[in-house]
Amino acid sequence: MLVLNLIEAITNALDVEMGLDDSIVVFGEDVGFEGGVFRATKGLQKKYGEKRCFDTVLAEASIVGSGIGMAINGLKPVVELQFSGFMFPGYNQIVTHAARMRNRSRGAYTVPMVIRMPYGAGVRALEHHSESLEVLFAHIAGLKVVIPSTPYDAKGLMIAAIRDPDPVIFLEPKRIYRAFKQEVPEDDYVIPIGKAKILKEGSDLTVVSWGAMVRDVESAVTIIEKEGFSIEHIDLRTISPIDRETIIESVKKTGRFVVVHEAAQSFGPGAEIITIVNEGAFLYLEAPPTRIASPDIIVPLPKGEHHYLANKNTIKDELRKVLEY
Amino acid sequence: MLFEKHNPQTDEMIQIMDQDGVIVRPDLMPDLSVDEMIEMYKTMVFVRVIDTKTVQYQRQGRILTYAPNFGQEATQVGSIFGAKETDWVASAFRELGVWLHKGIPLYNVLLYWYGNELGMQMPDSVRVLPVNIPIASQFQHATGLAYASMYKEEDDVVLAYVGDGGTSHGEFHEALNFAAVKNTANVFIIQNNQYAISTNRKKQTKSKTLAQKSIAYGMPGRFVDGNDIFAMYAVTKEAIDYAREGNGPTLIEAYTYRLGAHTTADDPTVYRDDEEVKEWEKKDPIDRFRKYLISQGHWDEEKENQLIKEKESIIKEEFEKVEKSGLVSLEDVFDYTYANKTKLLEEQYKKIKAREAREAK
Repeated sequence: MLVLNLIEAITNALDVEMGLDDSIVVFGEDVGFEGGVFRATKGLQKKYGEKRCFDTVLAEASIVGSGIGMAINGLKPVVELQFSGFMFPGYNQIVTHAARMRNRSRGAYTVPMVIRMPYGAGVRALEHHSESLEVLFAHIAGLKVVIPSTPYDAKGLMIAAIRDPDPVIFLEPKRIYRAFKQEVPEDDYVIPIGKAKILKEGSDLTVVSWGAMVRDVESAVTIIEKEGFSIEHIDLRTISPIDRETIIESVKKTGRFVVVHEAAQSFGPGAEIITIVNEGAFLYLEAPPTRIASPDIIVPLPKGEHHYLANKNTIKDELRKVLEY
Repeated sequence: MLFEKHNPQTDEMIQIMDQDGVIVRPDLMPDLSVDEMIEMYKTMVFVRVIDTKTVQYQRQGRILTYAPNFGQEATQVGSIFGAKETDWVASAFRELGVWLHKGIPLYNVLLYWYGNELGMQMPDSVRVLPVNIPIASQFQHATGLAYASMYKEEDDVVLAYVGDGGTSHGEFHEALNFAAVKNTANVFIIQNNQYAISTNRKKQTKSKTLAQKSIAYGMPGRFVDGNDIFAMYAVTKEAIDYAREGNGPTLIEAYTYRLGAHTTADDPTVYRDDEEVKEWEKKDPIDRFRKYLISQGHWDEEKENQLIKEKESIIKEEFEKVEKSGLVSLEDVFDYTYANKTKLLEEQYKKIKAREAREAK
């Protein structure tokens, strides 16, 4: 067993897979020599050579677009876009080509590619470094969207993403890149895409979260359970395709539902997830399903960022409201 | 290299055969057998016949939208003729001569314009990416295809096509830069047909030529008479060989003219003069090539009539097959979103299937 933090687990996943599959190439801005601004690809160029792990020109559309061509011609690119807030020049390639090539060619050409992006707020960063944009990908047919919340899951999901026959958007919660360490097997293993995880069983309320918010929800749940409530906590792990069954089954059991996310409220992931609850477990509900989301504002710079994200106390208070409804 | 001294910053266009079919630069004349020349000519005529018939079909309401190639046949056939079977093509949507030479069945091409994605399901041996409607983004795919060939130590070259309007796109420039930095085996071809729908080439850039944009990226650039089949072939073949030998990419501007409409939804008489069109009709790439072939005793009127008759019957036959192909199945519109249908897609598919079954009753 290795003991790794989340980013080390991603590096390890890339290393293990590159060792097993010669067709994997890893590239992006500063990804080769430096090992990425967060060091997610640290040591890979040294170990596998510049042909397999390299720095690209500073151009997101080129990174994604050339990756599409490589994938069609037999390689498995794992590309890094330095921050999800900078992905927009590459978004055209993701939406108009990566997601559609299988359909456009009726299966003759496919794009087995992983597009990695650090995302999320709470790291006291500059503008464009803190967004949670998962719905911009989850809305697009042909893409899969994965967000790990632990080192163990990060490795297993990354390996699953690399082996997936379709393009996978791999969003990495950078706020918890180095938050804690966990035992991680040395060899390869897969955590299936599309499968949520019940972190903790409970009987009074279901709460769904993912990415960095999982930790904040865990803290809130610990506090509120001291008051005598029993909470079921689900880590979604995959945003698209979403695991509706796990959510619906849980709500049928608990009768109360809260979704917690970093993304802004309006048209956010919570809207879709609450619809899933309404469609699948409406008659079991004992309280209105509720979302805890960020306000519909631009993510503030560091001195105002404390206004933005929900914390364990706001989450705890909202949970109590739903429990006491 | 034949064209090493060519300066893409001047408007001195590389031309081997003039508009009367006379070889003006015998020193640059490519080494092509008579059979090869006839093959090229036949493909060009085939493109013209397909365009003529398909535009008619569109007028008759039998096909929806079509982008004809009138006037650009030499640019297309001349550029691809020097490629080998395993070389890749990343084209836009006006490259019929390229597609036919690469072996896309005419049935597929017509099926696509008829409104069925199955037309772009390439046969295994045909290395051509599907029609790319968003402008210039295919250039990026071309660089990736070429990087993968290099990675696998294969010597395949990737030809990419764009129009003059596409050279204003950021992705055009990004791809040239990426290819030059990575030294990939790319040949980038601009079909400068003078118009991006209604917008004249002069409104796209202040550069004297489009070929000169190569200079900024540190790659060779060539400004070529796109209506001269020999010049197109010679210049592209040299660029293909140059790339295959590991020397990196080349940018070629084929100076040509779209004699027809942008697509059947466009009326070019609104934005350009008849006089201008008439001047370019005198430079017609097919007429020019035919004059040459006749002057050399390789072609005559009887062969011409025979060829047109033969090609007309092929398009008629293929289009009739397409018209019988019917509607796309529900399975087809669901099956290619992912490798395997997600549970949600399976549910949505079943729901529509049940609804359609009810409606059919």
